[in-house]
Amino acid sequence: MTATFADVATLSAASPGLWARAGASVLQVAAVAAGGPLLLGLMGKVRARAEGRIGPPITQGLWDLRKLLRKEAIRAEHTSAVAALAPLVLVASAALAAAVTPLVTTGPVVAGGADVFVVVYLLLMGSVALALGGLDAGTAFGGMGSSRAMTIGAISEPALLVGILALAVQAHTSNLPGIVAASLAHPGWLASPQRLLALAALVVVVIAETGRIPVDNPSTHLELTMIHEAMILEYAGSDLALVTVGEAMRLGLLLGLVANLFFPWGVEGSGGGLAILIGLVVLGAKTATLAALIALVEVSTAKLRLFRVPELLAGGFVLAVVAVTTGLVAR
Amino acid sequence: MSTTAYLVGLGAAGAAALLGAILPARRRLFGAALLSAAACLAALAGAGRVLVSGHPFSLHTAQVLPLTGVDLSLDPLGALFVATTAVVGLAAACYSVGYGAHATPSRTATAALPAFLATLLLVPAAASVATFMVAWELMALTSLLALLTEHRRRPETRDAAQWYAAMTHVGAAAILLGLVLLATHAGGQTFSAIAAHRGRRSVPLTSAVFVLTLLGFASKAGAVPLHVWLPRAHPEAPSPISALMSGAMVNLGIYGILRVGEDLLGGGQLWWWLLVAALGVVSAVFGALHAAASTDTKRLLAYSTVDNVGLVLVGVGAAGALAAGGERLLAGLVLLAALFHLVNHALFKGCLFLGAGALQHAAGTRDLDRLGGLARKMPATAVLFAVGALSISALPGLNGFASEWLLLQGLLHGFASHSATTEAALLSGVAALAITGGLTATAFVKALGVGFLGQPRTEGARGAREVGPSMLAGMALLAGGCVVLGVVPGVALPVLDRAAAAGLPGGAPSALRVGLGLDLASLHGAIEPVLLVTGLLAGILVIWGALRLAPRHAELRRPRRAEAWGCGRELQTARMEITATSFAEPLQRVFADVLRPDHDLEVTHAAESRYFPEAISFHQRVDDAIERVAYGPVIAAVAWWGRLARRVPNGSVHRYLAFGFAALVLILVVLA
Repeated sequence: MTATFADVATLSAASPGLWARAGASVLQVAAVAAGGPLLLGLMGKVRARAEGRIGPPITQGLWDLRKLLRKEAIRAEHTSAVAALAPLVLVASAALAAAVTPLVTTGPVVAGGADVFVVVYLLLMGSVALALGGLDAGTAFGGMGSSRAMTIGAISEPALLVGILALAVQAHTSNLPGIVAASLAHPGWLASPQRLLALAALVVVVIAETGRIPVDNPSTHLELTMIHEAMILEYAGSDLALVTVGEAMRLGLLLGLVANLFFPWGVEGSGGGLAILIGLVVLGAKTATLAALIALVEVSTAKLRLFRVPELLAGGFVLAVVAVTTGLVAR
Repeated sequence: MSTTAYLVGLGAAGAAALLGAILPARRRLFGAALLSAAACLAALAGAGRVLVSGHPFSLHTAQVLPLTGVDLSLDPLGALFVATTAVVGLAAACYSVGYGAHATPSRTATAALPAFLATLLLVPAAASVATFMVAWELMALTSLLALLTEHRRRPETRDAAQWYAAMTHVGAAAILLGLVLLATHAGGQTFSAIAAHRGRRSVPLTSAVFVLTLLGFASKAGAVPLHVWLPRAHPEAPSPISALMSGAMVNLGIYGILRVGEDLLGGGQLWWWLLVAALGVVSAVFGALHAAASTDTKRLLAYSTVDNVGLVLVGVGAAGALAAGGERLLAGLVLLAALFHLVNHALFKGCLFLGAGALQHAAGTRDLDRLGGLARKMPATAVLFAVGALSISALPGLNGFASEWLLLQGLLHGFASHSATTEAALLSGVAALAITGGLTATAFVKALGVGFLGQPRTEGARGAREVGPSMLAGMALLAGGCVVLGVVPGVALPVLDRAAAAGLPGGAPSALRVGLGLDLASLHGAIEPVLLVTGLLAGILVIWGALRLAPRHAELRRPRRAEAWGCGRELQTARMEITATSFAEPLQRVFADVLRPDHDLEVTHAAESRYFPEAISFHQRVDDAIERVAYGPVIAAVAWWGRLARRVPNGSVHRYLAFGFAALVLILVVLA
């Protein structure tokens, strides 16, 4: 196994020991698990302030989780093991994705397998689990939510994959630490047209994947407009807590991924204690900025009709394809 | 050694067909299946030996076919296809015992499966034009026979068989023409003689041969626009036959393209392979869209085969283009990825077709809108079907992900080739892969979620029972393969490496380092599915354990059951559940330009007032737009020609004599 990591170790600046890498991975999972709900709280706060309200405190998401965990889980009759497994798979896949992504350090535990496509397909795994969970109770809402969520997922996936490809082609690898290390070595890439186009495409995808306005309204409970909320209507108590934290982790992970792919400064390669602490703070600042920007966009736009969303996502896909083409032409 | 094992396998499959035709009704099914399974094991041993050792075998007998004799040869490329067929065949033979048990199957039905299996094992070993064409035609005929075995129960089968027969014979004619053209200019009809003559043929000739054979092989592989038989024939065939058709027969189309294009013609022109890649891109996107919109389980699976064959063709085309540009390392990598995906597709699609057969067996229908809640009635089938469905959706830890990742890597690193046309092909390949990814996941969430979860929608689904052990064993064999190749994809690499090297003229260096995971040594990129699966399972266990143990109150540790939320209304019925049609509706609306659904809305009004509808009926069909646009006019023209020709023989003997005389005069004039 050590031979596998050797290449990546030469790509990133140093090769910390296995335990240090494991520690870094656990730290990243913890940071995403705690940071995700905080980012959601921040977005709520920014929206509230922009609308002239005070809004709930930023830590509200964490308090909600505590409340949900103290309530009993109620499952619908007729549900199979899928309903029980879906929240677990959602959280575990998001946690695994957080463990292999270079968020705080470029040397997480499975650096050799830390491929950007692995992260994308781990996120897909969470989506599939939730969609199956939505169908399990056999209610009208759950199925409708699953159908809509899968539709939007199916159309946002191409933009995500091709947007990432634009970066991978530039760095000649799809290995995440490799891309981050290569970006650090070539600061000029940040301003290259292909990066800017890919960034635009990925921001569209992040908005769609995390169910924000204008794609989905996270605060709605009106039947006709619900997507995500319809799918998770049957969850309660600790199950709902898992789904909520899983979704928050996906938001934190995607924002962290975009932040580190496009603004890689502050990601620590040497693995020292202080450096990791700085990396953590920088990551928090970067993702908080992105989250606040998305919240401002949310305040200033209206939700799109469901059948206008594909146009937005197709736009993202076209941007991503143009990004790859630009990169090839410019070479 | 490998020769003997392979020939024993071939002979046993033939004997199984004979046994199926002559044994008494009670023993027929079991005897034929047992011997077929033995045939598969023997063929697997023979092919496996060729793959592991890398030494091909060849033999010639003059006794069997007059004039030319039979030439057989198995190199690692052919052996990979024989081995894949043998694994799917083993599962299908095992499954057929339970599948046929409910009603005594006819002699033809019992004999057709082993006969079809024998021809499938024979084609990749054929080593001369004559042997290949005989094997190819035998395969077409036996599969047609196998397809027709249930025609008394379902009249649609005849329609499907007509489409299949027409497409497969037009394809075979094109292949025959191409290969004969090649053989006449090569000074021999054995493949080794043709291959030895590689560099000495003109470009127009080889291009004509390639395009003609591509036409035939693409129609067998089910590439758009020659796919029209596939969504008709696969659903109508008995399920073990569907599994063999989708898991083994369509592969041979890919085999043919590789054998002729790379081996016999030596790689040739860049544009050939761009054409193959273009076919692949169109097939992948079109197949995935239709799979996402289909509500018939087996039709969905058939369109998904079109999609996956498209992805393999993208790989084959990209490999050919890279090899034509001199990028041997990358070409080998992409071809390896394509072959890996082909093997994986055989495993999961075989499993899914057998699963669809189990659904039909248990609930009496293939229509997803009439199923539901089967996970509780038939849990083992549900789990095995889920393994297939999640593999095909490319979830990490299962084999679909491993090969799609490898294909993505191959395409990504191919961008280093610096040829603008190749890069355009690679980019469209990645785009196709990206578009199909999400659509495939949607299609299989629909199949799994609507078919197995929720509540049963009809009496048939309510009364479903778990299928017997032999059917489960057949599915479990293939599902097990999906899991093994997903968790430790590295074990297949040495074998795939040899097959890919044999598929490119002059061989190809290996880009991958041997290990449990996939590691592109010098190209920087690796995945370790073992670690991913371990991490995922550990994560699930830790969270589950924490939620079970942490709460202080006992009632928080076990979830309570309550009625599902019905918006304040009591009593949820299965009528309120989402159907497969509704599930696919948003996507269908988004892609209405490609799918072109037909709607038919009929409102009957109450006699008293037009403002009160009495009944509303809504019908929707998603037909194949390509079939309508491209084949409709052809069929109309043939029918018109047929009607015209029918006027000629009007029953008058005088007229027939006149025809005879006119023909004789014409021949004499031509000869003079």
